[in-house]
Amino acid sequence: METGFVPFVIISIAKILVVVVILLMSVAYTVLLERKLVGRIQNRWGPSRVGPFGLLQPLVDGAKLFLKEDLMPTAVYRPLYIIAPMIALSCALMSIAVVPFGANITWHGVDLFQIADVNIGLLVILGITSVGVYGIALSGWSSNNKYSLLGSLRASAQVISYELALGLSLVGVVMRAGTFRLRDIVDVQATHGLISWNFFGGFQFVAFFIYLMAAYAETNRAPFDLPEAESELTAGYHTEYSSMKFAMFFMAEYANMITVGCVATLLFFGGWTSPFGHLFDNLLTGIVAQAVLPVFWFVLKVFFFLFLYIWVRGTLPRFRYDQLMGFGWKFLVPVAIANIVVTSLWMGILLPVQ
Amino acid sequence: MHLALFIIFGALCVAGALNLLFQRHPINSALSLIVVMSSLAVLYLLLGAEFLAAAQVIVYSGAIMVLFTFVIMLLNAGAEERTHGSKMAYIAGIPGAAILVALLTFVFLSNRGSFAQARIGDYLVTTRDLSQVLFRDLLLPFEVTSVLILIAILGAVALARKEH
Repeated sequence: METGFVPFVIISIAKILVVVVILLMSVAYTVLLERKLVGRIQNRWGPSRVGPFGLLQPLVDGAKLFLKEDLMPTAVYRPLYIIAPMIALSCALMSIAVVPFGANITWHGVDLFQIADVNIGLLVILGITSVGVYGIALSGWSSNNKYSLLGSLRASAQVISYELALGLSLVGVVMRAGTFRLRDIVDVQATHGLISWNFFGGFQFVAFFIYLMAAYAETNRAPFDLPEAESELTAGYHTEYSSMKFAMFFMAEYANMITVGCVATLLFFGGWTSPFGHLFDNLLTGIVAQAVLPVFWFVLKVFFFLFLYIWVRGTLPRFRYDQLMGFGWKFLVPVAIANIVVTSLWMGILLPVQ
Repeated sequence: MHLALFIIFGALCVAGALNLLFQRHPINSALSLIVVMSSLAVLYLLLGAEFLAAAQVIVYSGAIMVLFTFVIMLLNAGAEERTHGSKMAYIAGIPGAAILVALLTFVFLSNRGSFAQARIGDYLVTTRDLSQVLFRDLLLPFEVTSVLILIAILGAVALARKEH
């Protein structure tokens, strides 16, 4: 069904608004989830005063950050100081545009569960995350504070080093699917449920663990959170930021976590496909169930990855800087290359020549 | 649509390049260079080279320019001092630049026929097409280039190594 230009634009804008609002809400509630879970890990309650189980805490936090005074230190380099949190947040929000959340259902010629279906979806995500590091790098430099500068230098070095391992770990998946289009990568894993996911059936679990570790380093999360190591650097690159500018860095970090969860789900855990394959397809035949159920699986899997993020943060101590670099260059990169070689050999031997 | 995008990002590219030259602070120049490279990526995309566009953003805007800014931040380079320039630059530089521009324009215009393949529009070179050209038809040049880069890396390591 062909739609005109104007309805297409209106539906697309509505879609973008819905996705961004949901993303920002999930960012807010991921923060709450983290505070609750880390609280439980450390044998305390976490936020519990505002609303039932502290459920209204994110809204109150947001209001507080909005209303706080926006301090501008005197010696900062103004243009970059202002623009840096914007770069960080906009890059974090942009990469969600190519993520497909559910099955390919079109309404008036518009794909309902994906903002933009591009051929190079995976590369777009990699590109946007690689640009996002400027937010951190420039914020530290423009703050005119040695702790901030050290934090942003650590962040740039770390992101460049781990980007290699991250990119190489995805090659195996791309080779199996033969495309960068995220929908096609999921479709390859959709045949038999759990056993045809790249993690289990595709034997890409080595790639998955490399991806996970590199992605934790890319998002500056524990155990790779050296850029904001509070015991050494006060608060790292965002020491000089206050109010909404600080909140933008915070939101960018959590939005990046969600994107990493989405990509891990899509590439290694079958995206929106059910773990039972087509076993129960004849139980739920309505069009609404067929549209909603994939989204449910997708959200469940992404939630699992967010949980894992927080679990790891509450469990593992921070790396030392030389350990971090050694781990990235001497362990992750060689293993990722070995994974590519083994995967291509395996494909060359087992698959018929085209 | 494609033409409008081409004009917008072409203008952005030129503006970024000019800003790169006029800015006095190295970090502003580096940021202008990032703008230039990112808008070049959009131009590649408009020409239908999607993989090239993504590679441009990931490699140039994302990795190489991060290293540039990294070095600028580490060296803490201050703003440049403005001088009036030497007389030689005015006498030899301006005609030289004019001759170069004229020569390039002449070469491009006289070889217009061989650019017929490239055009702005819905034309798309998929990653599959690109990899078939790169890894099948041009395999030898590709491998030779990788050896060349390896030599450069080895040279850098040899130069950076401390004497024992």
